[in-house]
Amino acid sequence: MYRLWATIQKDIRVLSRDKLGLTFLFIMPVLLVLIVTSIQNNTFELINKNKVPLLVCNRDTGASSFQFIRALDTVGLFTVQLIPADQNDQSIRDRLQKKDAFLAVVVPADFSAQMAIRTKSLSGKALNSFGLGDSTGEASDKEAGPAHGKHADRTGGGAVHGDGGGDADGMPITLYYHPILQETFRRSAQGAIYSALQLVESRQLLRTLYFSINEKELPDTLENELMTRRARISELPVSRNGDRSTPNASQHNVPAWTIFSMFFVVVSLGSGIVREKLNGSFIRLKTLPTNYFVAILSKQITYLGVTMTQAALIFAVGVWVFPLLGLPKLNLPGDWAGLILLSLLCGWCAVSYAICIGVFAQTEEQANGFGALSIVILAAVGGLMVPDFAMPGNFQTALKLSPLHWCLEAYYGLFLEGGKLKDVWSNVLSLFLIIAGLQGVTLWGLKRKNLI
Amino acid sequence: MAIMRPAIQINKLAFGYPGQSDLFSDFDLVIDAGSRFGLFGPNGAGKTTLMNLMTGLLVASDGHIRLLGKEIKKHKSSVNFLFGFVPQDFSFYHELSPVENLAFFGAWAGLSSPLIRKRTGELLDILGLDAVRDKKVKDFSGGMKRRVNLAIGVINQPPVLFLDEPTVGVDVQTRHAIIQYLKQLNAAGTTLIYTSHQLSEAEDLCDRIALIDQGRIIVDGQPDHLLSEHEQDGLEGLFLHLTGKNYRDQSV
Repeated sequence: MYRLWATIQKDIRVLSRDKLGLTFLFIMPVLLVLIVTSIQNNTFELINKNKVPLLVCNRDTGASSFQFIRALDTVGLFTVQLIPADQNDQSIRDRLQKKDAFLAVVVPADFSAQMAIRTKSLSGKALNSFGLGDSTGEASDKEAGPAHGKHADRTGGGAVHGDGGGDADGMPITLYYHPILQETFRRSAQGAIYSALQLVESRQLLRTLYFSINEKELPDTLENELMTRRARISELPVSRNGDRSTPNASQHNVPAWTIFSMFFVVVSLGSGIVREKLNGSFIRLKTLPTNYFVAILSKQITYLGVTMTQAALIFAVGVWVFPLLGLPKLNLPGDWAGLILLSLLCGWCAVSYAICIGVFAQTEEQANGFGALSIVILAAVGGLMVPDFAMPGNFQTALKLSPLHWCLEAYYGLFLEGGKLKDVWSNVLSLFLIIAGLQGVTLWGLKRKNLI
Repeated sequence: MAIMRPAIQINKLAFGYPGQSDLFSDFDLVIDAGSRFGLFGPNGAGKTTLMNLMTGLLVASDGHIRLLGKEIKKHKSSVNFLFGFVPQDFSFYHELSPVENLAFFGAWAGLSSPLIRKRTGELLDILGLDAVRDKKVKDFSGGMKRRVNLAIGVINQPPVLFLDEPTVGVDVQTRHAIIQYLKQLNAAGTTLIYTSHQLSEAEDLCDRIALIDQGRIIVDGQPDHLLSEHEQDGLEGLFLHLTGKNYRDQSV
């Protein structure tokens, strides 16, 4: 026991005197978490809190276009910036290329007129089907003309024309977008524009129908009541502990990059083992009456302490420093014992991996190069960089081979789902199996190389 | 009268590196306990290999090596208590101080904490390192590092001490101090098994030398007897006389 204690003391001393190594082990991970969380939080807020600038070129002078623009403003996704109606399409494209905005909508000159024709046509058809039809409907249909009749089956009175699709033969609203926008965000914007169009068309259709039946204008109070009484959607994250707070960038990033940092001890620990093997001290150790396994055990304990310190440091930064920097505070799981035990397991897995690399690597360059690169690959495959549900089918199987995946799943079970250790037991079991495998391979390597 | 067991007894030793023909074959050697034995030979002669075999760092493919009567192959862990080793390379942690190095290697040598403290004090004093006991070894001169290397090798007061070029790269003063200390150890009963290219040093230190080449012992005996037998006035002349003047780097 004294030998182990002396070895742990030696390892801690050697580690604590390597200033660059300490920076790498503790400062870099904190910086990494801060930077990644800040970037992702900005993206989250861009979508969730900040409104996206939307240039609107309204070439129509009718009421419907103004209603449409007002609806765009109230939909919540955009900050509408009206640009002069006489701007041509090329100048709008130029403004997008200069990144004045990422989206632009052009409302055609006949938008309101076409909207009126269309709603009259639709209301006429509706009245006819109710058995209340008169010449109004027929006339409306006639006014609308055969071309506009086609739109009865379409969504909304206008069509959003962008991305090479849309309805070209109606009164297309053109949506320009900067290619930098991701597909998912573009679809969201398109959906919001359709929603605004639908609102305008529904309001107009309602007015026309009311007038046709009652021969007087729809009262504003009734109109507002009819148009605003919509079924509400209540969003609830599915958490195990009933917590209704929405997961944020901190909850997603801190666990993921803590795991990444833990596994990155491979650079310090793996190369440390190789250095010890290559320098003279290892020769002397082999001639002393103590099994080299004591040295390996000491490294496991020392670096387990390092990984736990990393986790504590990063979590502390998440809880206390993030709010000072305007980032969402990290909410620690309620199951403290589970969090500590799980962090120990993740750390042990990381240390086992690093020691395995150190035992088999022949040079420090091998340990550093292979170790670092393999962690990046395992992190990518394990879902730390791209969510696992977004991965292609064959990667869904491959990710199960990454120890980082099981660490992440278990951490997410606590941090995002509000679960306890018992809720992530399958991940814990997988981690145990991986650790046992890594330790087994390490022992085999030590025996094969005549080190123990 | 008590019969002293030899410090080292090698019988019919066979060893070869993978992919090469045997370096040692049917090799025999006996080193008496309490002697100051010097092992010499040109580069690639097999000195370091033989030392590694005697310390258990390499395992013989055939034959027996006994250290104080114990077969190394069978009793590796208990044999390791019986000898100390001072490798040619600086075999310690440069980031640590002499005290910290001795504390760690002392523990690995099986010493208790109080005994380590006692031996550390003694050794640092004898080897002139007391003033720098808490400084990091990486800042030491080559001679100071050699003395730290030696101190670690003898912390457990081993009955047999293997020394692989313990004075390489040091100044005259340090060499003199190291040789005097080794003589003191030997006077106290420690068997010294020593290899070096410093033949003048060997003349001063060793009471018996063996010259090996290509895995065979060419001559073995007391330095004075060997010099007169081969009509040489120094070990360097004897060395060149027996091994020739050609470079021996081909074995690399």
